[in-house]
Amino acid sequence: MEGLHHDTIVDGEEDDSPAKEQNVPVEEERVGDVRSEDFSEKQINRSLTPEERVNLYEQMARIRRFEERSLRSYQQGHIGGFLHLYIGQEAVAVGAVSVMGEDDHVITAYRDHGHALAVGMDMDECMAELYGKKTGCSKGKGGSMHFFAPDKNFWGGHGIVGGQTPLGLGIAYALKFNKKAGSCLCFMGDGATNQGPFYESLNLASLWNLPVVYIIENNGYSMGTAEARHSAGEPLARRGDMFDIDWSVSHGHDVYEVRHTINDALERAHNESRPSVLEIVTYRYRGHSVADPDQTYRSKEEIEEYKKSKDPINLYKEKLIAEGYLTEESALEIDRLAKEEADASAEFAQASPLPDPTELMDDIYWETDNPANKTSQGTMFFETP
Amino acid sequence: MATITYREALNQALSEEIERDDKVVLMGEEVAQFKGSYKVSEGMLEKFGSDRIIDTPISEAAFSGLAVGAAMMGMRPVVEFMFWSFCYVAFDQIFNNAANVRYMSGGLINVPIVFRGPANGGTNVGATHSHTPENFAANTPGIKVICPATPADAKGMLKSAIRDNDPVCVMENTILYNLQGEVPEENDFIIPLGKANVVREGSDLSIIAHGKSVHTALEVAQTLDETNKVSAEVVDLRSIRPLDTETILSSVRKTNRVLLVEENKPFCGVDAQIAFLIQDQAFDYLDAPIKRVSAIDAPQAYSKSLENAQIPNHDRVLRKAMELI
Repeated sequence: MEGLHHDTIVDGEEDDSPAKEQNVPVEEERVGDVRSEDFSEKQINRSLTPEERVNLYEQMARIRRFEERSLRSYQQGHIGGFLHLYIGQEAVAVGAVSVMGEDDHVITAYRDHGHALAVGMDMDECMAELYGKKTGCSKGKGGSMHFFAPDKNFWGGHGIVGGQTPLGLGIAYALKFNKKAGSCLCFMGDGATNQGPFYESLNLASLWNLPVVYIIENNGYSMGTAEARHSAGEPLARRGDMFDIDWSVSHGHDVYEVRHTINDALERAHNESRPSVLEIVTYRYRGHSVADPDQTYRSKEEIEEYKKSKDPINLYKEKLIAEGYLTEESALEIDRLAKEEADASAEFAQASPLPDPTELMDDIYWETDNPANKTSQGTMFFETP
Repeated sequence: MATITYREALNQALSEEIERDDKVVLMGEEVAQFKGSYKVSEGMLEKFGSDRIIDTPISEAAFSGLAVGAAMMGMRPVVEFMFWSFCYVAFDQIFNNAANVRYMSGGLINVPIVFRGPANGGTNVGATHSHTPENFAANTPGIKVICPATPADAKGMLKSAIRDNDPVCVMENTILYNLQGEVPEENDFIIPLGKANVVREGSDLSIIAHGKSVHTALEVAQTLDETNKVSAEVVDLRSIRPLDTETILSSVRKTNRVLLVEENKPFCGVDAQIAFLIQDQAFDYLDAPIKRVSAIDAPQAYSKSLENAQIPNHDRVLRKAMELI
């Protein structure tokens, strides 16, 4: 249970870490416990219409089914390279994106399918990208780790751990420079908190009062290294403290809690132009990438325990049913539609054409893509198809 | 035409473009209050204010990445590196993010950014401060690289770089900052990227160089003319990527002998690519093997006596030229 220690007291072990301060959820919990605080009573959630509540469920179900379908396609050999699945973490992206306003932007790391679908990217273009097809969101040039949709304020999809943290800062900087009351939600994993550029970014975010929200999706493992073996000084979000940045730790299996947490940070960004560091404790069910062995660093039981007690989709479904917004039947129907949509996206991807080798040379420079407006001279490329 | 220094030329280019386009900002270490480590941005803070001329902490990865993120959002940041050697701690931001975002997004996102600063040896600052990374910057598709050698080029090409919609690395030279030269005064004076300059006409030998080596080449050409009655042509590449292959090849076709000079280290240096180009496309015009002078292949040395021997100097270039005649 090493990977869940940030959320758990292992039997017989006293947790006396200095980290337990006011920002940390008060109660300690064991895997399997359910928290008592009800975030559905928070204003940001009370104001949800029934349709919006059900939509949150739909979005999470769509991401789950998309990821499962892509896993199947990977296993069938249709998808190459790496496939970092978001299964288990769905409430984080869906909850966060659901409270964004029109000038709020998103950037994330390589586990990006969930965020992409949450901001409204189409399953077809995402699946086609995984298949390396011309119809993919990046025309087959980005792949799983590099989805982008600037028209939906989604700036990727970045493959290098922590490499997006200064970019998120720059997005926030540009918003402030242009006098927009917006912010940038910069997602990252727990592993990224040990990269240097993250700290440089925190310093600048605070020094320059930039509206950036760093969201550490702490799934307990940086690839196969459990948090206890990769990070000193818990909780991770406390690292914001040394730069006078407001920070908190919250749970990622409750979409209402995610909404409440993110909304607080957005208000801080919008109203005070101040950054936040939010650690959201979550869990991934699959390996770091699906090709990675999953049993070297955690047990099957650990995964099963989380699925059983904290699956964000099941918990939310139960809540919606209890609240009367959903029935078992309508939940099944939503799930069936999500599955159908995912299957259809795989069919679309399968039927789509592959990019032609001549397309290798497109999209490199703005200038070579816009020859009519070319200002440079000379040779730009030294080997072409 | 006014006679100004290379430093003043850069200052004019930055000032004019900041005035012309409200999306242009200059950021880097010591660029504002300190007036620039090499005084390139002197007077700009007073003129344009701290929103446009921005002092950063010593955090190259963060401010380079910040500028890339801002460029993705449509701004046109100019990032100053105190030395290009310092880009190594921001490598991921420049060579992964700035270079690749357009490609990986299938052309949805542009990165109109300039990274600039001095990239040279010869100032007794040792190996960590003397890198000349134009070769590996140019090795990265998605990036453009220029090495202006004169005040006029510094101004005209930096202005082009700032107006460019792609990432441009501008490699300057601290030794050239005080170099004086004539620079056109009109506001719209620009020199396109990718256009080499034949800075001295000749018929017996082509010396092809970039950056400060252009000046060494000119001195050698003068000596060759005065003492050996050899007419050397000197080609200033100005821009590494895009590369003016036509000007290179037409000079070679004219003189039939080639000497390549650069302050870059030799292995996989810029001139390795130029040599390949010439043998590939002008092989039949060559009357002698292509010769080359680069920095001596050791980490940059501190001691003046060592470094003077390391960087291509007049005598070393002259000796090599004589082997060709």
